[in-house]
Amino acid sequence: MNTGSTNTAQTNDGKAVRSRPLSPHLQVYNPQITSILSILHRMFGVALCGGAVLLTYWLSAAAYGPDAFARAQWFFGSWFGQVLLFGLTFSLFYHLANGIRHLFWDVGLGFNMSVLRASGVLVVLVSLGLTVATWVIAYMNAGML
Amino acid sequence: MVEFNLPADSKISTGKTVKAPDGATRIKRFKIYRYDPTVNENPSLDTFEVDLDTCGPMILDALLKIKNEMDATLTFRRSCREGVCGSCAFNIDGTNTLACTKPIADVSGDVKVFPLPHLPVIKDLVPDLSQPYAQYASIKPWLMADGSAPPVGEHLQSPAERAKLDGMWECILCFSCQTSCPSYWWNGDRYLGPAVLLQAYRWIADSRDTAADKRLDDLDDPFKLFRCHTIMNCTNTCPKGLNPGQAIAEIKKDLAKRL
Repeated sequence: MNTGSTNTAQTNDGKAVRSRPLSPHLQVYNPQITSILSILHRMFGVALCGGAVLLTYWLSAAAYGPDAFARAQWFFGSWFGQVLLFGLTFSLFYHLANGIRHLFWDVGLGFNMSVLRASGVLVVLVSLGLTVATWVIAYMNAGML
Repeated sequence: MVEFNLPADSKISTGKTVKAPDGATRIKRFKIYRYDPTVNENPSLDTFEVDLDTCGPMILDALLKIKNEMDATLTFRRSCREGVCGSCAFNIDGTNTLACTKPIADVSGDVKVFPLPHLPVIKDLVPDLSQPYAQYASIKPWLMADGSAPPVGEHLQSPAERAKLDGMWECILCFSCQTSCPSYWWNGDRYLGPAVLLQAYRWIADSRDTAADKRLDDLDDPFKLFRCHTIMNCTNTCPKGLNPGQAIAEIKKDLAKRL
């Protein structure tokens, strides 16, 4: 947008010295529960894209043959794979719960600050709870718990 | 565009320290952003030790005391000192608010005062607000009536219709919310921002205005309106307790209802 403003600092006799500095933003703005949960939603959404690639790898390994599938199973069963899957599970539930929070906002509900804070905390607690429950059930089904 | 770091010419160096007078007992340290456009130097953070026993209760009182008694070159905007003019909005203690309505006692530790975030700085705490003002003008902030049914006298409004404007007419355009919004930081050249969108909805919701459809047409844009991602720093920081986030949601709803 053309604002008609120049971005040069000038001395009293109108000589341009340098361009105006940009005031600090991320450097000085305190993290807010509102903004942190918002950026996490986006970051977990990006993580889920990576998760979709992993899921595709797992499925195509199964289609490719027993050796390929065994390799995939070994990878997802290793400690690194397990940590990865745990993170993806949390990403999924966080994105789901916060996505439902977004749906409420889309119909104009839940905009008071007290409600915003409470729904944010609720989203974190629900996604943690569902993640742990999922893993407990999975390990119990595998007979490892 | 997203740029997390400050440009090289905007990085902040450590500035001078001005001590409180001898014998002062209740000392509060104010760390204030300084930038002098007449010399080719980067901004700095100056420290002023203020004697609270001889200072008023608000942050603005301390800024005035510093300007009057410690460093007359300190530059900032202020006018009404009671939260209705919107001049003295700064980034204080990590969030944006008005210096005149923010008590010093609310800040634990040193008080850090910066200009409103992510704007070109003219001098010290005075940012260039040309962009938000131009954006405000772009939403045509005045009553537009097509004259098809001109009232005999005044434009009458029922109490219920008038009540729809509550929470919007109180906005003093201090731009605390506007410059608290990360989306406005990254896309301020095209995203209108929370303060301007709150004002846009103030006219859409006005029963006397007949241009709501045209106003919605103008806002139906991926950047002007839909760069709002419900981050909600705006509502969190508004010194008047207003809710720009809700107003933006209402505009989005109005647009969806037209589909």
